[in-house]
Amino acid sequence: MQIPEGEYRVGTDDDYYVRTNVWSAPGCHGAACGAILHVKDGKLVDIEGDESNPITNGRLCIKCLGIPEYQYHPDRILYPMKRDPKDRGKNTWERITWDEAYDLIEENYYKVREKSGTNNAVLTLGGTGREATMFYPVISFADFRSANVAAPISGDSCYGPRCMIASYMFGTGYPEVDSGMFFNKKYDDPRFERSEYMIIWGSNPLVSNPAGYFGHQIIDMMKMGTKIIVVDPQITWLGSRAEYVLQLRPGTDAALALGMLNVIINEDLYDHDFVEKWCYGFDELSERVSEYPVERVEEITQVPAELIRKAARAYATADGTGRNCSIFMGVAMEMQVDCVSDIQAVLSLIAICGNLDVPGGNVVGPRASFTGAWRYEQIKWVSEEDKKGRIGEEREPIERNALSNVQSDAILPELELPDDERTVRMIWFNSCNALVCMPAEPQRWIEACKKMDFNVVQDLFLTPTAMALCDLFLPVATFPEHDGIVQIHYGRHTPYLGAEVKALDYGETKSDLQVTFELGKRLNPEAWAQFETIEDFMDDQIAPTGLTFDELRHEGILSFDGWNYKKYETGEMRADGQVGFDTITGMVELYSMHFEQWCGEPLPKHEPSPFSEEANPEMAAKYPIILTTGGRKWTQFHSEWHQVESMRQIDPWPVLTINPETAAEYGLSEKDWAEVYNDTGKARLKVHVSTVIKPGMVHATHGWWFPEQDGEAPNYFGAFKSNINTLLPNDSIGRMYKGAPYKSNLCNIRRVRSLDED
Amino acid sequence: MRYGMLIDYGLCTGCKSCEVSCRKEKGLTLEEWGILVEQIGPKRLAGEWEWDFVPVPSRLCDLCEERRAEGKKAACELHCLAQVIEILPLEDLGRRMAELDHGKVSCFLPR
Repeated sequence: MQIPEGEYRVGTDDDYYVRTNVWSAPGCHGAACGAILHVKDGKLVDIEGDESNPITNGRLCIKCLGIPEYQYHPDRILYPMKRDPKDRGKNTWERITWDEAYDLIEENYYKVREKSGTNNAVLTLGGTGREATMFYPVISFADFRSANVAAPISGDSCYGPRCMIASYMFGTGYPEVDSGMFFNKKYDDPRFERSEYMIIWGSNPLVSNPAGYFGHQIIDMMKMGTKIIVVDPQITWLGSRAEYVLQLRPGTDAALALGMLNVIINEDLYDHDFVEKWCYGFDELSERVSEYPVERVEEITQVPAELIRKAARAYATADGTGRNCSIFMGVAMEMQVDCVSDIQAVLSLIAICGNLDVPGGNVVGPRASFTGAWRYEQIKWVSEEDKKGRIGEEREPIERNALSNVQSDAILPELELPDDERTVRMIWFNSCNALVCMPAEPQRWIEACKKMDFNVVQDLFLTPTAMALCDLFLPVATFPEHDGIVQIHYGRHTPYLGAEVKALDYGETKSDLQVTFELGKRLNPEAWAQFETIEDFMDDQIAPTGLTFDELRHEGILSFDGWNYKKYETGEMRADGQVGFDTITGMVELYSMHFEQWCGEPLPKHEPSPFSEEANPEMAAKYPIILTTGGRKWTQFHSEWHQVESMRQIDPWPVLTINPETAAEYGLSEKDWAEVYNDTGKARLKVHVSTVIKPGMVHATHGWWFPEQDGEAPNYFGAFKSNINTLLPNDSIGRMYKGAPYKSNLCNIRRVRSLDED
Repeated sequence: MRYGMLIDYGLCTGCKSCEVSCRKEKGLTLEEWGILVEQIGPKRLAGEWEWDFVPVPSRLCDLCEERRAEGKKAACELHCLAQVIEILPLEDLGRRMAELDHGKVSCFLPR
C-alpha cells in the first residue's frame, strides 16, 4: 500500500489507511520506522512497511508486524483502574474514569506534599526508550514541581553518560555513525561517503535498534563496502561477518581503547592537523596511554596484542583509502564501572583520528533540541530549595551540571528510610517496570516501594510492578492510538523528525504527552497556559522547522538537509557563531578540567570491576564465573512482549549462554534449567550451550517475568524467578557515579530441575 | 512469465520479518509457515566463524501472486530488514546472482 505524497490518510470513514512513523508504545527507541496502518470498522486490521520512508524503505521488524496482536491482547488494560493501597499484591482492581483518576492523584499529591513539607515528596521514575522519556521529567518538574526524577538504572548506565561525556568533550549532542541521515537523498547525496571501517563497540544494533538508530542501516553500508570491526565478549552475527573481532573480557573496554590509542599515537597514525588545531590535552593523553602498551592490554582484556594493533591501524588509516571510519557505541560501554573512561577513550579515538563530524565518521549536532531540550528546561518550575533538597544532592555537582535526573543509586537508601525521616511518599512509575527491569537489587526495591503512601503506574499491561506496588493504573496508548513527534536520539542528535499519526481510538487509553498535559493543567496550570490543546504544544515544539504538526503529518519525515560536516570550521558548533567547539577551551577536550574538578581524574584509565578476580579475589574464589547480562532479542523490548504468543513462540524462556567447556564442568546440557547465584541474588534460566562465548563466563538475558503465571503476591507473575538484576548490588558504581557492572559481575551456577523445582 | 525468489542469505541477519509477515499475509497459524528462517552455526569452520541464517520458502509460497498483481512487493520482500529477498523473472535470476557475488545466494522457484 502506498499513500500519495503529501497525504497521510486514504480510504473511506470505515475502511482507511494511515501513514505513520513509529516510536511507541510498545517500547522502542524511536527511529521513525515507516508504517501504514489499515483500519477497518474501527479496528486495526493490518500493518505494513511504508516504502516512502527514507530510512526504512518498507522494512519492519517483527515487533511492529506484531502490533495488532499486541494491541488487542486480552490482557491489555484499556481503562484507568484503582486499588486500595491495603490490597497491594491482590487483583482487586476497580475501573474508574479519568476524572476520578486525576482527582485521586491530586488528593494524594497534596497529602504527601503536606506530610513531607516539599514537592519532592513525589518521585517520578521513567522507563527506557518509550516516548515517556520525553515527558517523565516534565511530569516531575512542571506538573508536580518536584526535583526527584530518575530513570532508575544503577550508575545511570544507559545512554545518558555517553551524551554527558560528548557534551563535555565535544560540546555537542550524541556522536552517531554517519548513515546519511540528515540528507533527503540519504546515501545518494553526493556529500555522503560510507565508512571504510565501522567499529561496533559493545552493541548488537541489528537486534536492539538502539537509541535513534535503525540498526539495519549498517547492513546497507556493508552492501556498499563498509567493513566491520566488533568489540564484544561474544561472537555476534555481525562478528561472524567482521574483519576483526576483539573478544574482550567484560569490563575491560577502557583498557582496550587505551591500548588502541597507544598504537595509534606511538605509530604516528593520528590526524596531526586535527589534533594541532582542535584538540586540548593531547600530550597528557599521550602520557596516559603510554601506561597501556598492547602487551599489558592483552593481559587485561584477553585480546591478542597483534589483533589490537591490526584493528587500531585499520581504524586510524582506513587502509589508506582516504575514507573515514566510525564507531558505533553501545550501552555495554555504560554497564561497567569504567563507563566514564571507556567513553572518554573511545571519543578520543574518534577525535584524534580525524573522524569527528566528517563523511563516514561520527557526526554530531547540537547538545539538545526540540522537546529533548524543552523537557529539562522545565526544572524552572522547581524551587531553589527543592532543587537543593533532592535525593542524592551530596553527589552534586556532577548531576546538576550534566544531567537533570537524580543519581539513581541514591534513591534506594532514601526510600528505605523510616517514615518520619523520609521525604518521598509517592512514586509515579512512568512506563517503568522497575521490579523486573533497570534497578540493581529489585528485591530491595519492592520492599522499599511498598512503604509509600501512594503509587501510580502508566503502562499497557498489568506488570509485576503494577501488581505489587501501585494504587492507580493509567492505561497508555499504543502508537496507532495517538499523535506524536518522533525525535531521533531524544533531541540529542536529531537529523530528522517523524510524524507519529493517530489511526484510531481504543478503550480510554492516553498518550504520555496527553497525561502530562492534562495533569499539568490541574496541578500547575501556569506551566501549560499557552497551550489549549496538545496539538498547540506540538506546533510550538517544532516551530523552528517552520512547520505545524499538521504539516509535518502530511510531510511524514522531515530531514534537515541543511546540516553540514565539519561544523567546527564554519561556526555552526557554537552558540556565539565562532569557529571551534562549544567547550570551555573551544576545542575537543581530551583532557577534561571538569572531570578533574569533579573526581580528580581528567583522563581515561582502566579500573577493574569491583566484582572481578583483581578487585575481589575472595569473591572470585567463591563465585568463579563472570556474569554478563542484557543481550537483546528480536522479540522483546526489555520486559515487554512476554504475553504475546507469536513472540513467545520464538523466545519462550530466559536464556543462559555458556561455553561447552564450562557447561561440561557444571554438568549442564542444552535446554537444562540452571540457577545463577551469588551473595546478592539468584535467577533461573534455560541453558544454551554455544562457543560464541568464552569458557569461564556466562551471559543471561534480562527483563523476564511470566504473564501466564499467578500475578498476586507473593508470586507477582514470577517476577523474581529469573530476575538477573537481583545479583547486582545497588551502588557498586564507577567514578562520577556513572556506570554499574551489569556486564561484569561474578556468579556461580548449579543445575536445577525447572523454573520452580530444585 | 515465470518468477523466482532470490535470497542473498549471506547477509540475512535472522530477523524473521519474512516468517512473521508471510504468516500474517497468508493468514497462517503459528504451526504453519510460508517461509522459515533456518540457522546453520555459529561454528568454527576452517578457522573462521560460519554462521548463516537461511530463509527457506515452503510449498505454501506463491511469491505473493495476489500482492504482486496489485503492484505491491511480496510481504517478505517488503519487510526483510536486510533487504536480501528479491522476486525476479526467471531469466534475470542468474545475472542477479552473479552481480551479488557473495557466494551465499539461493533461489526458489515455486511450481
